[in-house]
Amino acid sequence: MSAVIELKDVHKSFGQVEVLKGVSLAVERGEAIAVIGRSGSGKSTALRCVNRLETIQSGEINVCGHPVHDPKLDVRKLRLDVGIVFQSYNLFPHLTVEENIMLAPVTVKKLRKAEARALAAQALARVGLAEKAQSYPEQLSGGQQQRVAIARSLAMQPQVMLFDEVTSALDPELTGEVLRVMEDLAKGGMTMLVVTHEMGFARKVADRIVYMHQGRVWEVGDGSMLANPQTPELRAFMAHDL
Amino acid sequence: MLAQPFTLAHVGYMLNGVLWTLALSALAFVFGGIAGFGVMLLRISRFRAVRIASLVVVQIVQGIPLLVILFAVYFGLGIFGFQVAPIIAAGVAMMIYSAAFLAEIWRGCVEAVPRTQFEAAECLALTRWEALRKVILPQAFRLAIPPTVGFMVQVVKSTSLASVVGFVELTRAAQIINNSTFQSFLVFGIAGAFYFAICWPLSAWSRTLERKLHVGRH
Ligand SMILES: Nc1ncnc2c1ncn2[C@@H]1O[C@H](COP(=O)(O)OP(=O)(O)OP(=O)(O)O)[C@@H](O)[C@H]1O
Ligand SMILES: [Mg+2]
Repeated sequence: MSAVIELKDVHKSFGQVEVLKGVSLAVERGEAIAVIGRSGSGKSTALRCVNRLETIQSGEINVCGHPVHDPKLDVRKLRLDVGIVFQSYNLFPHLTVEENIMLAPVTVKKLRKAEARALAAQALARVGLAEKAQSYPEQLSGGQQQRVAIARSLAMQPQVMLFDEVTSALDPELTGEVLRVMEDLAKGGMTMLVVTHEMGFARKVADRIVYMHQGRVWEVGDGSMLANPQTPELRAFMAHDL
Repeated sequence: MLAQPFTLAHVGYMLNGVLWTLALSALAFVFGGIAGFGVMLLRISRFRAVRIASLVVVQIVQGIPLLVILFAVYFGLGIFGFQVAPIIAAGVAMMIYSAAFLAEIWRGCVEAVPRTQFEAAECLALTRWEALRKVILPQAFRLAIPPTVGFMVQVVKSTSLASVVGFVELTRAAQIINNSTFQSFLVFGIAGAFYFAICWPLSAWSRTLERKLHVGRH
């Protein structure tokens, strides 16, 4: 019962194509899990199922006590507990950085403007962008935009954070600043599910690594698993990656 | 019958027509805009049946000439015993016509905002309506200004059709004057100039807005 995120035999198809073929995974509170695997192995789909951006055909998903598989689930309550950050930042271009962050606390949690502004300042400080509050997203670098996206999510004070290849769209010199923010989060005890291609990050920061292959959880282990794969598929994946 | 000379009084009469043209345009635009916004919301509804039903209605209206809508409202309501004033009939017809076109223009603008924006808002626990209001519509609004102003030009010119139900707007005023002065070229030339004087600034404004929107996004 201590698992914050629990997937049990989750099946998900798009039309005739089965993308998740019985995925099971339990994430404890405070754990940081890295999800790795080839393109098309179902990593993003699994992540999107966790916060009900996709509905599943069978199996069970429980997240912070919310039965995500239940069609009658109050999706809004789930989303209050689960933050997600995408590869493409998805900041709101018509709002300043501060307004981006304040929007949900004011609209959803009905905070007063001043409270929300303080919250935004706090979240921005956490990602090292306190001085950018009044900028518009297009005035920021990709790395900065992604850190704002993380701050925007954090300001809702979620129990769990999901990350889907958040550094994949960034120039190599900008990935470091984003990964550092995520590392700080992990050290601070945030429960995180991180889909990533950054093997260094997986090895160093993740408590456990999940290797997905063809819609299944193929191998699970700690950082040493990457140097010492148990399955030929992971071995091939690692060889290809290096 | 002897032709009257064309005088300044005639110009005054036409200016009065200009006022009614503007009034009818404004009616069409304001009420058509309100109705069009409602129809746009139906067109992007979560429910398929609502989307399809509203699409059918929009397609029907768009497929009927404005003149026919005008006759249908003016004479159609008359059959049911409602004697409608020409301005009401023209206003209602123009409203229906504008609503159908504005709904489609605006739907296009809403759908031009990337889906991921909606997804991001939903992931922050905003409801569909909150996401629409705070995230999607403000972005769609910017995209909508140039085509909306462009459509206003169409509306202004279309009001001339209201002359057929006896509503004395600019075209009808010109026609009446022409009937007594027989100075067709002069009279309709002036009427054309008045239309141009209303529409050209609108078009120019639309073009400026379009340019501005291409440069900066906020
Ligand atoms: N909305 C969708 N409709 C149809 N098929 C989809 C959809 N989303 C994903 N798929 C398919 O599901 C499979 C898994 O996709 P997914 O995005 O989960 O992979 P991934 O592991 O995240 O890959 P990548 O590393 O490229 O992001 C792919 O074959 C993809 O084509
Ligand atoms: Mg993916």
